[in-house]
Amino acid sequence: MNDAPFEGIGASVRRKEDLRFISGRGHYTDDINRAGQLHAVIKRSDRPHARIVSIDTAAAKAAPGVVAVYTGADLERDGIGGLPCGWGIHSKDGSPMKEPPHPVLATGKVRHVGDPIAVVIAETKQQAKDAAELLDINLEDVPAVATINDAIAPGAALVHDDAPGNICYDWHLGDKAAVDAAFARADKTVSLDLTNNRLIPNAMEPRCALGEYDPTTGDYTLTTTSQNPHVIRLLMGAFVLHLPEHKLRVVAPDVGGGFGSKIYHYAEEAIVTWSAGKLGMPVKWTSDRSEAFMSDAHGRDHVSTAEMALDKDGNFLALRVKTLSNMGAYLSTFAPAVPTYLYGTLLAGVYKTPAIYVEVKAIFTNTVPVDAYRGAGRPEAAFLLERLVDTICHDTGHDRVEIRRRNFIPTDAFPYQTPVALQYDSGDYFTTLRKALEHADYAGFEARRKAAAAKGKLRGIGISTYLEACGIAPSKVVGSLGARAGLYEVANVRVHPTGSVSVFTGTHSHGQGHETTFAQLVSDQLGVPISQIDIVHGDTAKIPFGMGTYGSRSLAVGGSAMVKAMDKVIAKGKKIAAHLMEAAVEDIDFKDGKFSVAGTDKAKTLGEIALTAYVPHNYPIEELEPGLDETAFYDPKNFTYPGGCHVAEVEIEADTGVAYVVNFVAVDDVGRVVNPMIVEGQVQGGVAQGIGQALYENAVYDKNGQILSGSFMDYTMPRADNLPNITVGTESTLCTHNPLGAKGCGEVGAIGSPPAVINAVIDALKEYGVRHLDMPASPQKIWSILNANRPPIAAE
Amino acid sequence: MPQVKLTVNGRSTSVDVEGRTLLVELLREKMGLTGTHVGCDTSQCGACVVHVDGVSVKSCSMLALQADGAKVTTIEGLAKADGTLHPMQEMFREHHALQCGFCTPGMVMTAIDMVNSHPDGLTEEQIRHGLEGNLCRCTGYHNIVKAIAAAWPIMHGKRQMATAAE
Repeated sequence: MNDAPFEGIGASVRRKEDLRFISGRGHYTDDINRAGQLHAVIKRSDRPHARIVSIDTAAAKAAPGVVAVYTGADLERDGIGGLPCGWGIHSKDGSPMKEPPHPVLATGKVRHVGDPIAVVIAETKQQAKDAAELLDINLEDVPAVATINDAIAPGAALVHDDAPGNICYDWHLGDKAAVDAAFARADKTVSLDLTNNRLIPNAMEPRCALGEYDPTTGDYTLTTTSQNPHVIRLLMGAFVLHLPEHKLRVVAPDVGGGFGSKIYHYAEEAIVTWSAGKLGMPVKWTSDRSEAFMSDAHGRDHVSTAEMALDKDGNFLALRVKTLSNMGAYLSTFAPAVPTYLYGTLLAGVYKTPAIYVEVKAIFTNTVPVDAYRGAGRPEAAFLLERLVDTICHDTGHDRVEIRRRNFIPTDAFPYQTPVALQYDSGDYFTTLRKALEHADYAGFEARRKAAAAKGKLRGIGISTYLEACGIAPSKVVGSLGARAGLYEVANVRVHPTGSVSVFTGTHSHGQGHETTFAQLVSDQLGVPISQIDIVHGDTAKIPFGMGTYGSRSLAVGGSAMVKAMDKVIAKGKKIAAHLMEAAVEDIDFKDGKFSVAGTDKAKTLGEIALTAYVPHNYPIEELEPGLDETAFYDPKNFTYPGGCHVAEVEIEADTGVAYVVNFVAVDDVGRVVNPMIVEGQVQGGVAQGIGQALYENAVYDKNGQILSGSFMDYTMPRADNLPNITVGTESTLCTHNPLGAKGCGEVGAIGSPPAVINAVIDALKEYGVRHLDMPASPQKIWSILNANRPPIAAE
Repeated sequence: MPQVKLTVNGRSTSVDVEGRTLLVELLREKMGLTGTHVGCDTSQCGACVVHVDGVSVKSCSMLALQADGAKVTTIEGLAKADGTLHPMQEMFREHHALQCGFCTPGMVMTAIDMVNSHPDGLTEEQIRHGLEGNLCRCTGYHNIVKAIAAAWPIMHGKRQMATAAE
């Protein structure tokens, strides 16, 4: 072991999963084909809001290769339920949110472009596509509402008749009286209206689902592009298809990115599973990208007003926030939680603002459902706060670094209770800020601004000091807040007879590199080389249970479950070792894969103990069961609180208004880092999505509800030549309440970066008197500003 | 049904296809070469890039019949028979240039053609420009650019794999 390279916690081990991916031997759902497999094509609404007058399926059914055509009526006849929502929110007045039915296939009305109306199942995908064109669907348009502001206008058309005003809920959090009092005595108040632009997650692998049914056993199998197969089994089995867990297996094999969009239970999963049972044949559906744009859950889409009360020194006295959040046409699985408990609770940020009050109205519109997308609520909170802080500086003349430092939660104030429910366990915002400014050469910026101006470019620098809550979450807490599930995680650690290890985790890896990170964790604790450790995920038939991967929870919650299971393995191993070496259990130490008797040179390897456990000839069989296989459920004690500082530097071409990020520094506190290479990659990827939101991406509907950004030709995905190199530093304080000290790194990049970029754009435009600019800062917006007020740069 | 004859990863084959069958559909559905992926339907994402007669091509933008008589190489055909990886594959792994792996086959095929067609050197700007037709949602491209830059000297015989990996 001594000659082996270090591959435990802290090593940048190259990823175990890469070999299959770089060789083209991954197994994504669409790569899997079954004998006799049929192909499903979904016919979707091309109208934003319409009554379904009639559906004539005769011609489609008669088309070559077609096996079946189903509509909502067929599903209703079979008693198939609607898609459930996993989180209930109560309004200010105590009433439950409006939770309209979400049929798997539309019945009565279609409510957004992309709403599924019928499914055609044929022997080939082409045949199914051809036949779908023969469906005669008579839709009668009714007025639609496409935006939040249209939906709340007096007399607006209703998306759901039983949701007056298109309001899903009207929620609040915080101490309104304390905030009002602080505003009354404030020396200065600053107000800012801002929107958080709607985004489309666009994981590169389109969603796919393959349903199978075995009539001899009654067993169903769904293979699907999911971040959380057990949750899909629970939701689809219990609420939609009414199948018991032991007859429904859900497999999520290699999944090509998720970013939140593959958390949710989607209609197509239920359709292929149910129709596989009806037809007795495997049925596969694979999304086209165009379909994905109108059927994958979208993200963000807030309209807010934020106000800060300050004293004359720039101390924050109180924050008041009003937000309208777009839910889309139906409630996606976790949608109601995003603008409430993942947003309102984050509005303290890294600041000691003593009083905060937030009101959030969730609004139905005739658009694709909106749910969690990388960061989920927390990017919206960070954008609002960090734009507000820079706007305060704009209005009052305070320095943007100084005012942040002045209002930071002091490093010795942890644990820190915020006025919006959360209690932060650890953090050091001063250090992440200082390091980020150093890395970015903040002090030398003015020289770079001048150099850029000489080339006809406007250069700006922006900072954001953000915080997020991850590792969701203590089951009792989230249950009290409306979650309809527990949010613990599960690990099963199986030491095989010859000492190799399989670890079964309820989290799911779809790019995060769990097969490597978790193997490092196990190697560190059990002293087994990572080549002898396999991490198994994504199959309800193999893994006891699990809540999946989202909210940067896999290491903090899933890794902690592994630690707990390994503790049990070691505890049992000590008993076996004590028996073999004729010592007291209390005298057995375990280190580097060896059980030794304290103060002697007597030792047994984990492999020897494992063999004894499975071949228990000399074994304390009366007191101890054979085997070395332990399972743990870990329920977190709190959220974790990663945070840090991002610094963006942009250049704007004065002639065109095109903004480029030319330098980006992220210094994040993600707690314990297991694999620095993987953490750096996670942050870079998140930052790329954040720069995408700030400069490029925008999901656009026209006023009638037709989606205009419906393909990669129209929706600006960031490309290699739109992005800079991204410098990543980590500066860790440890999480105090989980055994690893881990906080989570998956979302920090996407949370901290958008305000840093927009603050930099506004800094670049400061000669033009720009106070605020909503995302994306497109060339058109910037060019309009430059041309409305021409041209100080030329005068220099 | 018309027939297409072509050589894929060194093996000659002939397959009956519909006139409208795309090259990517031939590879994935008729030949079981599922390493080549489909990430969009507008020829934007580049997940389906393969080599046709040594040049990178989006296999979603070409009919299978247009590949008649061609030599096609897919991601599965890059490694040597003994399993030795192509230097570009090695550098993608070494520099953590992939996360979910879905765009990776297309990225690797594009990158190899890019390096081959720039024997005199390849700047970061050229690499970033050359990747315009390949979308990645995970990495932010940072490590992909590094991997391609690291593969260039190896592929042009200017550096050994081991030193390049340092």
